[in-house]
Amino acid sequence: MNGVLEFNNKLNLDTMKKVVMIITGLGMMLFMACGDGEKKKDSPYENSTPSEQAAPKSTEPASTRVDLANKGVGPISSVTMADDIDQTMAAHGKDVFEKMCTACHKADKKFIGPPPTGILNRRSPEWIMNMILNPEEMVKQDPLAKDLLMEFNGAPMANQHLSEEEARAVLEYFRTL
Amino acid sequence: MKKTLKITVALVAVLAGLTSCNNSENSKGRSGALASNVAEKVYVAPGEHDSHYAFLSGGYSGNLTVYGLPSGRMFKEIPVFSQFPTNGYGYSEETKPMLETSFGFIPWDDSHHPDISQTNGKLDGRWIFINGNNTPRIARISLTTFETEEIIEVPNSAGNHSSSFITENTEYVVAGTRFSVPVPQRDMPIKDYKGNFKGALTFISVDPEHGHMDIKFQILMPGFNYDLSHPGRGKSHGWFFFTTYNTEEASSLLEVNASQNDKDFIAAINWKKIEEYVNNGGGKMMPADYAHNLHDEATHTATSTMKKEVRVVDPAEIPGAIYLLPTPKSPHGCDVDPSGEYIVGNGKLSANLTVHSFTKMLDAIEKKKFDGDAYGIPILRFEDVLAGSVEQPGLGPLHTEFDGKGNAYTTFFISSEVVKWKLGTWEVLDRKPTYYSVGHLTIPGGNSREPFGKYMFAMNKITKDRYLPTGPEMEHSAQLYDISGDKMELLLDFPTHGEPHYAAAIPAEIIKNNSKKIYRLAENKHPRKATVDAETKVVRDGKNVHVYMTTIRSHFSPDNIEGVKVGDKVYFHVTNLEQDFDVPHGFAMIGANNAELLISPGQTRTLTWEPKKVGVWPFYCTDFCSALHQEMQGYVRVSPADSNIELSWSLGD
Repeated sequence: MNGVLEFNNKLNLDTMKKVVMIITGLGMMLFMACGDGEKKKDSPYENSTPSEQAAPKSTEPASTRVDLANKGVGPISSVTMADDIDQTMAAHGKDVFEKMCTACHKADKKFIGPPPTGILNRRSPEWIMNMILNPEEMVKQDPLAKDLLMEFNGAPMANQHLSEEEARAVLEYFRTL
Repeated sequence: MKKTLKITVALVAVLAGLTSCNNSENSKGRSGALASNVAEKVYVAPGEHDSHYAFLSGGYSGNLTVYGLPSGRMFKEIPVFSQFPTNGYGYSEETKPMLETSFGFIPWDDSHHPDISQTNGKLDGRWIFINGNNTPRIARISLTTFETEEIIEVPNSAGNHSSSFITENTEYVVAGTRFSVPVPQRDMPIKDYKGNFKGALTFISVDPEHGHMDIKFQILMPGFNYDLSHPGRGKSHGWFFFTTYNTEEASSLLEVNASQNDKDFIAAINWKKIEEYVNNGGGKMMPADYAHNLHDEATHTATSTMKKEVRVVDPAEIPGAIYLLPTPKSPHGCDVDPSGEYIVGNGKLSANLTVHSFTKMLDAIEKKKFDGDAYGIPILRFEDVLAGSVEQPGLGPLHTEFDGKGNAYTTFFISSEVVKWKLGTWEVLDRKPTYYSVGHLTIPGGNSREPFGKYMFAMNKITKDRYLPTGPEMEHSAQLYDISGDKMELLLDFPTHGEPHYAAAIPAEIIKNNSKKIYRLAENKHPRKATVDAETKVVRDGKNVHVYMTTIRSHFSPDNIEGVKVGDKVYFHVTNLEQDFDVPHGFAMIGANNAELLISPGQTRTLTWEPKKVGVWPFYCTDFCSALHQEMQGYVRVSPADSNIELSWSLGD
């Protein structure tokens, strides 16, 4: 390397310029030859569906918005509820709620998350159970759950791994509130 | 212009060298295709899992590390004998009892030889055992929680090295002393060692259901150094073999004085016979102090119990249970092949590798072909028990493992290589260098009846130039080889933590589905848990203040505490209410003289804090748990010792 550089010093400026141009050109080709030639991967943001993006944005806060048709995303596709509240099941649900949920939810006031009082006037029973059983996917895929996450400062709904039976009992308890 | 062209060509050549796609320096002359083939063999794509777990002892770290094979990636360091500020092991109130011994609290040890539990001689993947060498102890680690569940101290032992090897149905985990000592310990001149010191070989029973350990008996052997051991298996199940050195019984300058005899011994112990003797009331109880520490998964709490006596057996009481097999010279590793027929004595100062035959041993015993005795223990004739020798395979043999296809693999420390040889014909089949100075080697299941002979890794004592330099002190190095073909193939270098002596490895599918994800809150029986918000409180008991605290993303409850005074001892009992996989929370308190807590979902852990200064002092979560992790904090108000501020606590009020 040193030898070459010393030799360079003896050349006039004009020749030098030409050399630099040639080297630059050839060097570029060499560098390009090392590229993997692969196409760039699609941006992850391009995966979101057009319908989601096209959905009209409601200005009403998600916590007070009413959407009884939305069943949410998750294992529950339909829930049958008797006209009368099953008091035994509701008592069980209250017990589960107090043990597993009260660190973040108070029955009748906003805490870390929204209060469940009156939730059946705003949400379908399926949506409620899916939110309990499948919160990770709900906050990614369900528009309401997404908005709720933002409304509540990004505090995630924790998956407490309730069984379907326990989640159903909690739903019954919510009917009593 | 001619000149210009020449110069240009020269410069382009230099440039081409600099920018070349093919890093020829690293491939060291191998063809590109071959090199990439090796890379594929260790490449585990992002998100995919390794095919094997490897558990490497930590040596002077006192712990056990978990690796994946073939990638050589480290997944976890499991604290065993050493305090671990990373998660509070040995600092939290629940785990401090794990490190109690008859010498008091010991924060460190030197962990050596992990061994996975077996059923019918096959790895069953329920537990892994490991020995503490310095303050003799054996630990049992659960392979569902990957946490240390139990530690038992071994009395009458010193330098607990020929440990912790298990019999083929995990009936016993066996611990042998390296250093013989006076038994019982007493004030006596060191020069009177010979004939007076004893070497205790300890058989610790393992409960088949929950794994709990209990010392069944100790054999008080002559005062040799018991170096390594392995159980008989298959036809030799019921026997245990220990290498010995220093049969000279020297107490000083062993480097010279313990290398005088042409042959030392492998001690063959018929433990079934001794077990029967003990079950019929044989042996005698002697006073001894040793700790038995047990961590309860339901209470999340360890307890330490000091035991007061141990059953000892004098070999003279039970003739026909122990024999000595002459083995050249200062044998180190003591390895039994999968069939149980061959016992390999790796004579570390011997030119040849000695292999004994179990069948020949039984025959010699039956015909009473003895060549004298040592302290009443019959010595068999070398020629009568020898199956064969591997002639001059290398320098400084240490350890041998088996591939289940009739081949053995022995490490040679001095010549820094692994040599593959054939059982029965004793011919050398292949040799590969190690970088550098190999100690142990491991084949998954390689010390069981059913080895999984695809990979072998060598654990080296010297690293030198294998990695980027990191100053005078550096981690040790391991090398992974593919042993599925006729010749061993070096695949990968990977750094290891501490000084791995031995390792145990197992196909991932045997244990990975048993790995626990969370602790169930409903099963939490910690006496100071708070599993619902209503149970959170702060209670004063004299100078002790107990905080019953919960965590969930992303707050502590309570997070404001007042009424604590200088001179108090504050116990934070923190229960993690999360019930989802991989959502631990941390707890760190400014000025705490111990460590942090890392609390797994559903677990309760306790940190003690002794506030020394008046003020308002924060605590926070150390494990990034959610987008609101930075908000996960709280304050404790500390008032002067004579303050009359009442205790109060709150969250969000």
